[in-house]
Amino acid sequence: MAVRNNRLTAEEYKQHFSDIHPPFETRDAAMVDANRCLFCYDAPCTKSCPTGINVPKFIKQITTDNLRGAAYTILSSNIMGGGCAKVCPVEKLCEGACVYNLMEEEAIPIARLQRYATEKAIEEKWQLFERKAAIGKKVAVVGAGPAGLSCAHVLSREGVDVTVFEKEAKGGGLMTYGIAAYKVTPEFCCDEVDFITSLGGINIQYGKALGKEITLEELQQQYDAVYLAFGVGLARQLYIPGEQLTGVVDAISFIYDIRNNDYPTVPVGDQVAVIGMGMTAIDAATQAKRLGAKEVTLVYRRTQQEMPCTETEMNIALLDGCKIVWLAAPTEILGENGQVTQLVCHMVKLEEDANGRRQPVITDEKMVLPVDMVIKAAGQMPYEQLVHDYQLHHSNGKISVTANSISNITGVFAGGDCVNGGKEVVDAVQAGKDGAKAILQYLLDGGQAGNSL
Amino acid sequence: MADISANFLGIRSPNPYWLASAPPTDKKINVLRAFEAGWGGVVWKTLGSQVKNVSSRYSSVDYNGSRVMGFNNIELISDRPLDINLKEIAECVRLFPDRAMIVSLMADNNRESWHELIKKVEDAGAHGLELNFGCPHGMTERGMGAAVGQDPEIAGRVVEWVMEVAKIPVITKLTPNVHSVVPTGRASVLAGSHALSLINTIQSVTGVNLDTFVPNPNVGGQSTFGGYCGPAVKPIALKMLTTISQDPVTSRVPISGIGGISTWKDAAEFMLLGATTVQVCTAAMRYGFRIIEDLCDGLNNWMDEKGFRTIDDFIGRSVPTLTSWEELDINYHIVANINQDKCIHCGLCYISCEDGSHQAINLSYGNPYNTYSIKEEECVGCNLCKLVCPVDNCITMVEQRKGEDYVNWKEFQKRGMPLNDH
Repeated sequence: MAVRNNRLTAEEYKQHFSDIHPPFETRDAAMVDANRCLFCYDAPCTKSCPTGINVPKFIKQITTDNLRGAAYTILSSNIMGGGCAKVCPVEKLCEGACVYNLMEEEAIPIARLQRYATEKAIEEKWQLFERKAAIGKKVAVVGAGPAGLSCAHVLSREGVDVTVFEKEAKGGGLMTYGIAAYKVTPEFCCDEVDFITSLGGINIQYGKALGKEITLEELQQQYDAVYLAFGVGLARQLYIPGEQLTGVVDAISFIYDIRNNDYPTVPVGDQVAVIGMGMTAIDAATQAKRLGAKEVTLVYRRTQQEMPCTETEMNIALLDGCKIVWLAAPTEILGENGQVTQLVCHMVKLEEDANGRRQPVITDEKMVLPVDMVIKAAGQMPYEQLVHDYQLHHSNGKISVTANSISNITGVFAGGDCVNGGKEVVDAVQAGKDGAKAILQYLLDGGQAGNSL
Repeated sequence: MADISANFLGIRSPNPYWLASAPPTDKKINVLRAFEAGWGGVVWKTLGSQVKNVSSRYSSVDYNGSRVMGFNNIELISDRPLDINLKEIAECVRLFPDRAMIVSLMADNNRESWHELIKKVEDAGAHGLELNFGCPHGMTERGMGAAVGQDPEIAGRVVEWVMEVAKIPVITKLTPNVHSVVPTGRASVLAGSHALSLINTIQSVTGVNLDTFVPNPNVGGQSTFGGYCGPAVKPIALKMLTTISQDPVTSRVPISGIGGISTWKDAAEFMLLGATTVQVCTAAMRYGFRIIEDLCDGLNNWMDEKGFRTIDDFIGRSVPTLTSWEELDINYHIVANINQDKCIHCGLCYISCEDGSHQAINLSYGNPYNTYSIKEEECVGCNLCKLVCPVDNCITMVEQRKGEDYVNWKEFQKRGMPLNDH
């Protein structure tokens, strides 16, 4: 048993990390599905999209060979519509709401059609948007993730000069650093960022972290408004004995490694336990398996009914050969010579609390998994200290804002994961749009609409 | 099992399906395969003057991903030598004596040419003749085809020439490129034609290529009006057929129906409106002769279900129900009903009624599914919602008569009944 890298052949790595949702091979193939769309009125798919993409409209545009129009329809609602087509949990959003589900028929493959309509636009850098004349205002955006870029794009279109400060070396945020490679490649993420900035008026400064290279005070002084979209980033700890052993990693850094390095260089164990059943847990488990782990077991303290990931996601893990142990709470990690060897779990039963919610209650029954690697995917925590230091009002580190993205500090707005604690990419894109709208209002009102929290 | 055989002026066929005069019937090798597949008869591709064809020849109209909803061609009559055609016709008749062999004719525009051609074709053993007065392209410029069919006087004269020598049944094929098919139909019948067939193809431009700017089909950077056919023309053909079935003169002779027939259902509709046999072309060109299997099987099962023993039991049955508008009962009233259990909340009924009809559907917003219901007092019973609904029997039209007695427009005016107040 050992944690080691370079387990597979080049061909195997390529195969394991190839696109899980392949695009339509031909125009004809896309047409077959596009023509199935009923063109619903006040469409449930559109209403189920956090960014409100007019789905029937763009699908109709595909059927009329108006690909440019289709791309505009998508990207004008969601500037990351290309990436969202690959990473959105559409089974619980647009495709989940498709009326064909009510006929017990296959939903329209909206994501795949969206990808068909946007991929060419991004690849060929179609200039779909134009900037309005400069209005002489400057806005600082902290974080080049989906919320920040979305906000920056809307602001720039409206004639605002935007500077984005990003702590990493690449833009895209969790899209670039936190999602399974077989869903979206880091290369695509870079192309998408380039597509967004090709509008002009958006200057991204990489390697600039808030609280380190830059401070909020500086930004407030140098810019007319500030949008905070720095996301969440700290992996939640388990607070159980043995967490410090070699071989215990958190899913965020495990995935970050895969995104940032060549696959063969990323080490993985023979027997891996992944703790959690969220989207990130699934991404970590499936990729551990795809890197060559012999056995991967997902451990979750509740049941399928409560799991945060979608059934589709769970099935990806199951099809990859991952095992799932339900109703098991990790209580201790054991090791030899500083290296993890066992994960001890106590079995759990669910009991209804006073509010009728099923809460896990630990029993005496024990289960021991022999492991050489433990990946913790128990969620991410907001940057509470940072938020606290800047005297932003917050709730457990999540910045408090009004419905208009306005924080308690005049001229400082916030949105995305740093406000909601961590949702989908598509939610962050919408937050960015909302933030931009509020900032524009603030700028046009001459800084009046500021502090209302 | 019902008997689906047809007897058209004594020309018998095991089923009422003939292949129309067109490329599928232009040579022995095709016709023998069609007969082997089970086709009841063929109308051999038009014989007559010498012609030379061009390339390309066909184009089509696609709709919402369905190809060849409509089809057009600029191909001329048979471009094979007459002697070869006649020899092959004789062989087909000999090999399949139980199938109908009609031969389509378009002679040069003089009595002698017609007489000569008819004699040769009869000698070859044809069972009947179909006079091509309909071809809308290529031949009209030379005073043939539709140029004959569009002028009742000329058509009548040519039929007279034909009847002077014809010993076998004569069917006159009518062009739809006229304001009414009845005048030429009457002239033909009065001149002695034993039967009529309709429709021939409709002059058309199927589309313009948006890259080359040349309409379809493209012949070296140019195009020409082609004859339109296929599923798209069926409603027009049915209307024209009905006018022939209802006219006191033309209704005296049997009719072979043509125009977009692709399925047994289409065929049954043509027969209900007066056709004794039906002719198929586009569907066979698209899918091949094998479609004859379901054409026969479906018709047979439907006849069994309806209790029809022979096709004569239902030919023309729907003709009397097509009347003029002013005979319709104004007291008959229906309103739409939405079955909420079947509704999939697509909103298509709502938006079509709201923007396209009479604003008679309520929308109650939901997330993500809206609920739709009928405002019965506003519903005029137009059918639009039912037509656009993607779910079978989700929207039904329920009868709610305005009065017990039958009141048509004339009676309505006579009684001075009130007009709509909205």
